[in-house]
Amino acid sequence: MRLLGLYNYWIVVGLMMIGFYTMISRGNLVKKLIGLTVFQTSAMILYISVGKVRGGTAPILLDRADVLYSNPLPSVLILTAIVVGVATLAVGLALVVRIHEAYGTIEEDDIHVQDDAP
Amino acid sequence: MREHLPVLQVVLPLVAALLAALTRRPGRAWALALTAAWLVLAIAIGLLLQVLGEGVTSYHLGGWEPPYGIEYRVDLLNAFVLLIVSAMAAAVVPFARTSVAREIAPERIPLFYSALLLCLAGLLGIAVTGDLFNVFVFLEISSLSAYSLVALGSDRRALTAAYRYLIMGSVGATFVMIAIGLLYAMTGTLNMMDLAARLPAVAATRTVPVAFAFLTVGVGLKLALFPLHLWLPNAYTYAPSAVSAFIASTATKVAIYMLLRFFFTVFGAAFSFDVMQLDWILTPLALFAIVLASLAALHQEDGKRLLAYSSVAQIGYIVLGISLASVLGVAAGILHVFNHALMKGALFMTMGCVMYAVGSVKVSAMAGLGRLMPLTMAAFVAAGLSLVGVPLTVGFISKWYLVQAALERGAWPLALAVLLGSVIAAAYVWKVVEAAYFRPPPAGSETREAPLGLLVPTWALVAANLYFGIDARWTAGMAVRAAEAVLGVGR
Repeated sequence: MRLLGLYNYWIVVGLMMIGFYTMISRGNLVKKLIGLTVFQTSAMILYISVGKVRGGTAPILLDRADVLYSNPLPSVLILTAIVVGVATLAVGLALVVRIHEAYGTIEEDDIHVQDDAP
Repeated sequence: MREHLPVLQVVLPLVAALLAALTRRPGRAWALALTAAWLVLAIAIGLLLQVLGEGVTSYHLGGWEPPYGIEYRVDLLNAFVLLIVSAMAAAVVPFARTSVAREIAPERIPLFYSALLLCLAGLLGIAVTGDLFNVFVFLEISSLSAYSLVALGSDRRALTAAYRYLIMGSVGATFVMIAIGLLYAMTGTLNMMDLAARLPAVAATRTVPVAFAFLTVGVGLKLALFPLHLWLPNAYTYAPSAVSAFIASTATKVAIYMLLRFFFTVFGAAFSFDVMQLDWILTPLALFAIVLASLAALHQEDGKRLLAYSSVAQIGYIVLGISLASVLGVAAGILHVFNHALMKGALFMTMGCVMYAVGSVKVSAMAGLGRLMPLTMAAFVAAGLSLVGVPLTVGFISKWYLVQAALERGAWPLALAVLLGSVIAAAYVWKVVEAAYFRPPPAGSETREAPLGLLVPTWALVAANLYFGIDARWTAGMAVRAAEAVLGVGR
C-alpha cells in the first residue's frame, strides 16, 4: 500500500523512461523531440508532486488562520521550466525544419547515408 | 553603482542582446556587442578587485533577504570564472566582425550577435548566482543560444550537429533540474549556502545520493566528460569559426565551475569524495578522456575536429585535477580552466583565419600554408606548443601543477598519463604543422595572409599564452586561493 500511495512518483518514473526510450530508439527527429518533451514533462510532475501538502488547499491567501496551504514555490519554478521547455521544443523543431530543407529527410539513418557519401 | 556590479554582469549583456536583435545593420549590432563585451570585462575585473579587497560579495535581488530571495554570491572562484568568460568574449567579438562577415548571411548577423550576447549572459549568470534554480535557468539560456549559434554554420552538417547538441544538452539540463528538485524536496531551500548548511542532516537518506547522481551525469553531459562528449566534436567542427572559439573556451569551462560549486560548496568535499567516492568515477573517466580522445584527435583529417577531440582530452586534465580533491589538484584544475581557454581560443581563431583565407580547414587543404600565411601558422605553432605543454607557455604551467598534485598523492601512474597525453598532443599538433610547413602549396595558389581584423585578436591570445606561461605568479596564485576558498581551507 505504501508503494501505491506514491503513485504520482511511479507516473514520473514511467513517463521519464518512456520519454528517454523514445529519444534513444527512434530515428525520426520529430519523434525524438516528442520523447524529449515527455521526458521533461515527467520532471515537471516530480516538482509539482513535491509541492503538494497532504490536506493542503490551493495557496491563495484566505482570511482564516487555520488553513493548510500547499507549497506554491515548486509550481512557480515549473512555470519557468515550462517556458524553457517550450523554447527548447521551438528551437528543436526549427532545426528539424532546416534539416528537412537541407537533406530532404528527417530520418536519422538517411541523413547518415547522405553525410557519408562524398 | 559598485554594489550593483554582480547583477550588472548579467543584465548588461541581456539588454544588449535585445538591442542587437532590434538593430537591422550588421555593423551596429557588432559595435553594440563589442561595447557590451568590453563593459562586461570591466565589470568582471571590478568584481575581482572587490572580492580580493573585501572578501565575498553578496547581492540580494530585489532587496529580498537570502535564503528567501535570489542571492548573487561572488567569491574568489566565481570572480575568476567571470573574468575568464568575459575576457574570452572581449577577445572573440573583435575577431567575429571579419570572420562572421564571410561565413554568415548579412541579414542574420544582428541575430547572430544577439544569440552570442544571450549565450554570454547565460554563462555569466551561471557563474554569478548563488541560487540553484537560477543556475538551471541560466544554463538553459546559454545552451539554447549555443544551439542556434552552432546551427548557423555554413555546412549543412552544422544543423545535425546542433540537433544532437540540443538533445543531449536538454537531457543534461533536465537531469540537473531533477537533482535540484530532489534537493529542494529534502531541504526546502534553493540557496546554495543555506543548502550546504542543511544537507548534512539529511545526507543519510536515499534521495540525496540520487540527486547527487543526477547532478553528476547532468553536469557531465554539459562539460563533455568522456563518454558523454558525443555532442562536442561535430558541434565544434561545423559551428562558425568565431562560435567555435567562443564556446570551446567558455561553455565547458562554466560547466566545470558548476561541478566545483556543487561538489565542494553545496555537497561538501567530505560527502562527495568520502561518502560517494566520486574520485573512483572521475579519475578513470578523466584518464580515458586524456588517452582515448587524444588518440581520436590523432586520426582526424579536419583541423577543427582535431582541436575538438583535443578539447575532450583537455577537459580530462581538468577533471583529473579536481578528482584528486586536494588543494593542489583543484588548483591545477582551475588553472587549466584559465589556460585551456587561452590556448583553445587562440587555436580555434587560427582555424578561423584559415577558413577565411582558404575556405576549408581540412589538414590536406593546409598544405604549404606556412609560407602563404606565415603569421597565422606561427600563431598556430605557438598555441600548439602551449597545448602540448612546452615550457614558457601556459600549457606547461598547468601540467606542472597537475603532475605535482598527482605526485603529492603518490599517484605516479596519473602523472605518467598526463605525460602520455602530452606526447600524443605533440603528435596531433605536428600533423597540422607538417602539412603547413613541409608540404608544397598547391601550384598557382592565390591564398593570402588573413586580414589584420583576424590576426590581431588571435595574436593577442597567443601573447597571453606566452605571458602567463612565463609569469604564472598571478594566475597560479589566484587558482590556489580559489581552490582554498572552495575547499574551505585557509579561511
